[in-house]
Formats: sequence, C-alpha cells, structure tokens
Amino acid sequence: MYAIEAQNLTYTYGIKTPFEKTAIRDVSVQIPAGEFVGVIGHTGSGKSTLIQHINGLLRPTSGKLLLNGKDIWENPKEIRKVRFSAGLVFQYPEHQLFETTVYKDIAFGPTNMGLSEEEVRLRVEEAAEFTGISSALMDQSPFELSGGQKRRVAIAGVIAMRPEVLILDEPTAGLDPRGRDKILDRLRRYHQAQKNTVLLVSHSMEDVAEYCTSALVMNRGTLFAYDTVENVFCRTEELEQMGLAIPAITQVFHRLAAAGIPVSRNVFTMDAAKQALSAALEGRGRNA
Amino acid sequence: MHESILCVILYISMACPGERILALTEYIHAVNLSFSYQNEPEAPQVLKDVSLSVEKGSFVAVLGHNGSGKSTLAKHMNVILLPSGGSLFVNGMDTSLEEHLWEIRQQVGMVFQNPDNQLVATVVEEDVAFAPENMGVPPEEIRRRVEEALRTVGMWDFRDHAPHRLSGGQKQRIAIAGVLAMHPDCIVLDEPTAMLDPRGRREVLETIHRLNRESGMTVILITHYMDEAAQADRVVVMDSGTVIADGTPKEVFSQVELIRSAGLDVPQTTDLVHWLRTEKGLDLPADCLTVEEAADAVAKLFS
Ligand SMILES: Nc1ncnc2c1ncn2[C@@H]1O[C@H](COP(=O)(O)OP(=O)(O)OP(=O)(O)O)[C@@H](O)[C@H]1O
Ligand SMILES: Nc1ncnc2c1ncn2[C@@H]1O[C@H](COP(=O)(O)OP(=O)(O)OP(=O)(O)O)[C@@H](O)[C@H]1O
Ligand SMILES: [Mg+2]
Ligand SMILES: [Mg+2]
Repeated sequence: MYAIEAQNLTYTYGIKTPFEKTAIRDVSVQIPAGEFVGVIGHTGSGKSTLIQHINGLLRPTSGKLLLNGKDIWENPKEIRKVRFSAGLVFQYPEHQLFETTVYKDIAFGPTNMGLSEEEVRLRVEEAAEFTGISSALMDQSPFELSGGQKRRVAIAGVIAMRPEVLILDEPTAGLDPRGRDKILDRLRRYHQAQKNTVLLVSHSMEDVAEYCTSALVMNRGTLFAYDTVENVFCRTEELEQMGLAIPAITQVFHRLAAAGIPVSRNVFTMDAAKQALSAALEGRGRNA
Repeated sequence: MHESILCVILYISMACPGERILALTEYIHAVNLSFSYQNEPEAPQVLKDVSLSVEKGSFVAVLGHNGSGKSTLAKHMNVILLPSGGSLFVNGMDTSLEEHLWEIRQQVGMVFQNPDNQLVATVVEEDVAFAPENMGVPPEEIRRRVEEALRTVGMWDFRDHAPHRLSGGQKQRIAIAGVLAMHPDCIVLDEPTAMLDPRGRREVLETIHRLNRESGMTVILITHYMDEAAQADRVVVMDSGTVIADGTPKEVFSQVELIRSAGLDVPQTTDLVHWLRTEKGLDLPADCLTVEEAADAVAKLFS
C-alpha cells in the first residue's frame, strides 16, 4: 500500500468552454509513505494541477487518486476529511490568507479540526516558531506584511494542522536564504520525526538535491520520471531540454571531471562536494 | 522639468559639494529617505534614513531579508508610496510633487512581487496593451509592442488566454511583458523570477540584461537569488530598513560573513571556494562567483 497513488490521472480545465485545456494526462505514480518528494517541472508542466488532486481540491476528469490505498472520491461527501489529513500550502499565499490577524489565520485550520483553545494556541505558537514569525507580527493583518512574511504565515497555517501528508507548492519562492534554509531544515526534522509524507514543489534544483529523498518530474502534463534524486539528476541533458537544470555545485563537478580531475560527476549536495574534494585533495598529496 | 533637474543639482551640490557632475547621470536618488506605514510618531520605521543613488543605464540588484524594506523602497520609485521623511528624485523629479506623477509613471515601469496584483484584463493581449494604451500610444504601435513583448517572454502563443487561468510562472511572464510594452526608461522588478523554472529565469535575466545593454534601460532588480545578483553591475544589501552594503558583486559577495549575518547567502560556487580557503587554508581568490570561476580555481589546485 502506498501513501499516495495516482492511477491514470487526467485533468481538463474548463471542459466544453473555449478555455478547455488538459493540464495533466494519464499520470500514474506510487509514492510510499515517509518519502520527501521534490516535484519539479517547467512552467505550466502541471505540477500545481497534480498536487491539488492529492487533497481533493480538484477532482480527476478521469483516473483515480488514492490515499493509503483508498480512493478519495469513493464517497464525495467525505472529501472534507481528506483536507485535514493532506494539507496544502498554495503557490500564492494570498490565496490562502483571509483572517484579520496573523494569529487567527494560523489558528483557522486547527480550530476547524475541533481542537481545544489551549491546544490551538500551542500549535499556533509552534508553527510560528517553525516558520520564523516573530510574536510582534501576531496581531498584525496578514495583508500588511511583506511578501516573504505572508509566505511564512501561509506555511504556518498548514503546519499547525500537522497533516499526515504535507504538500507545499513552491513554499520557498520569496523567502530570504536564511528563512529558506531554516524552514527546509525544520521540514526535514518534522518529516523524520513524524514519518509523514512531504511533497515539495520547487524550481530550485539545489533545494531538491539537498532535502528530498525522491524526485517527481512533470513534463508537458505527463509524468517524466519518479525516481531517487540521484537518478533524476544524472539525466542532465534531458532535464536541460525540458527547461530544468542540475544544481550549480553539480555543474562545477562536471567541469572538474571533464578537466581530468579525479572526482565523480555525480555530486549533488554541498556536503558531498566537500567530502569529494577533501578526498581528492588528499589523493593529490599522496601521488605527488 | 529643467527646473527640477537644476533643483536637484543645487540640492546635491549643497549636500555633497564636489559631486556636481555625478548628479547629472543619477537616475534615482534617495536622500535621507524614511518611511512608515502608519502616521503615528511611535510607528515602526520601515525605511530609515536611506541615501542611495542609481546611475542612469546601470543594473542594480537589491538584496535583503524578508521585511527589510525592499518592496517599500521600490514602491517609492514608482510613486505608489511617498516618503515620510527625506526625498526621492526620479530623473531629477521630486516624487512628492504631484505635477511629476504622470511623467514618472511613464518613465518607470514596475513589475510587482505578486503578478496577481498586476494582471487587470481578461485576455492576455489586452493586459499587455493596458499600460501603453493609457499612455496614449497609437494603436498600430501598441499592436507591435504587444507582439514584441509577448514574444520576448515566450508567451505569444497564449495571447488569447485568460490571465487568471494560467500557471504561476506563466502569470509572472505576462506581468513582465506588460511592463516591457511600456518601453520604460527604467524598470523596477520585484522578485520577477521567484516562480520561474531555470530556463525561464535565464531567459528573463538575459532579456533585461539585453535591454539594459542595448537600450540603456536602467534596471533595479530585487531578488533572493544570489546568482542573479552576481550578474548585476552593483549590489545593494538592505537590513531592517537601512543599506548595509553597496558595491560590485565581487566586493559584496567576498564578505561572506557579513552577507550571512544579514540573513542572506552566497552562491554555492562561492560557498565551496570559501570553505576551501577557510577550512583547508588554501590560497584561492575570494571573489569566485560563477560555475566557471569556481571550477577553474579548484582545478588549479590539481595542476
Ligand atoms: N484555471 C485554469 N484554466 C485553464 N487552464 C489552466 C488553469 N490553471 C492552469 N491551467 C493550464 O494548465 C497547465 C498546467 O498548469 P499548472 O498550474 O498545473 O502548471 P505548473 O507546473 O504548476 O506551472 P508553474 O511552475 O508555472 O506554477 C498550464 O498550461 C496552464 O496554462
Ligand atoms: N501595507 C503594509 N502595512 C503595514 N506594514 C507593512 C505593509 N507592507 C509591508 N509592511 C511592513 O514593512 C516592512 C517592510 O516590508 P517590505 O514589503 O518592504 O519588505 P521586503 O524587503 O520587500 O520583504 P520580502 O523579501 O519579504 O518581500 C515589513 O516589516 C512589513 O511587515
Ligand atoms: Mg504551479
Ligand atoms: Mg518584497
């Protein structure tokens, strides 16, 4: 049984209107529980459309979406429950924020889950800490925040629900580098502690290489690959052809290997890069 | 207009004697600019005494942590916000004088942080035509500009789509096209590539660099991508409403600790070379920015 399974999933926007557009076509993929999946793909490739199926926001035009082996549309009346177990942070935080204060916005999800006031307060504080929202901002209107601050509030609102499946649509767009690293670190720890499944949509190949255990690649509305991060980033030419890239650090190692320096081309993270260079430098000492 | 330029020259020559000639080439000039979103004395100052000038035809990247005041500063350049203290001049025009509003808005195009706030029409083509129409550009010329702008951002095929039915990155491209069609003298881009794929980012960056080079368009680029900032002529770093660093990319990014303390980062390439210098004690240049520079520097260790 898989945490998430798509079976021949197809979705068409605006059926029988002039705007009719099939955004994803015949996508089949099986994601085991506990994966930290990086979802990548060119602009308009269908990433947002695909992930909005996982929490039941979109209903397949054809095909199925299963959570823990169960078709989420088996009983459409129960679809609200799916929204509590699969939490989605939208690509645009503005689409998610609506309360009068930051506190109320983060508290909205847990309150709706029927938690006690005390538990809600704990969760809001925890989520604010998680995303780096200072207590000074709690009483401010979410609409009077900077872009990156809004993004943090939107992430906090979903984290506070502690969903079994956590889906984030380009959550680091607009975050400053420290905020990005801190939130991704916290996500990784949360994922390791809770053993939940995380999907991270991102255009940063560096972040996907650094944090994810597997990568799902969309291309022109179809699934191009679902594989380990290493296997995906070995397919340099294909990725570049579809508008993607490999991490900058990997590009450095490609050049070094091409120049005859004894290092692997397949170095995807900063830690791996440092280890590889340390080893190569030591080797240099011995050979000389 | 001539009067106001004179005013600036006078003002600046009083403020900093000897810098008279510089003033003529300054496109944006902030003098002790302060700003607060509330009108109360106790209200937090979002911009604190910022003095900054941007030369005509230059390409300046603005970095800074979330909430450091980048968008607030940008909105002053397009007169969406007015200074609470100090002043801002755009091409010699004081933004606080209402008579300059129209002229400044024609000269300075702004791409907002969230494209949703910018897309106004129900059809992509009309959206891109909106600003030039308002500026009174003749219809024939508008059609030409719209096609040119949409082709530049790779969205010509989407010209009769509805903007709100596009993906995030597609919306971002339309917002950029809308401003390009104005043919502005200066373009202020607030995180224009935040949601683009790697190729899209590269293409948009190449386009604004080309316009900067070929038409002398002044570019102010706000970004959280350090590699984009590395390609600018100049990098300005904001921290809690003040400017804490200002220099060429090599000058700014070689100060790795300062950059990190401001909540920012250096490109992976710079990080690797910095680690070799500090942890391994190797003699490498402190200012490697690109993949090529980093690879060449490391390769030398093995030759
Ligand atoms: N509401 C809509 N109506 C019609 N077509 C749509 C709608 N939303 C998206 N599309 C189209 O469906 C396709 C897939 O869009 P989607 O938003 O899933 O892409 P994406 O991979 O998330 O892109 P991005 O990286 O730009 O966010 C695009 O071609 C887009 O134009
Ligand atoms: N409309 C508003 N009303 C009140 N305060 C605001 C408003 N917009 C922004 N602020 C506050 O002003 C400060 C600066 O915000 P600004 O949007 O300029 O930051 P920024 O540097 O662009 O950040 P980001 O990288 O997150 O976009 C922040 O503390 C923010 O909370
Ligand atoms: Mg999307
Ligand atoms: Mg901003």
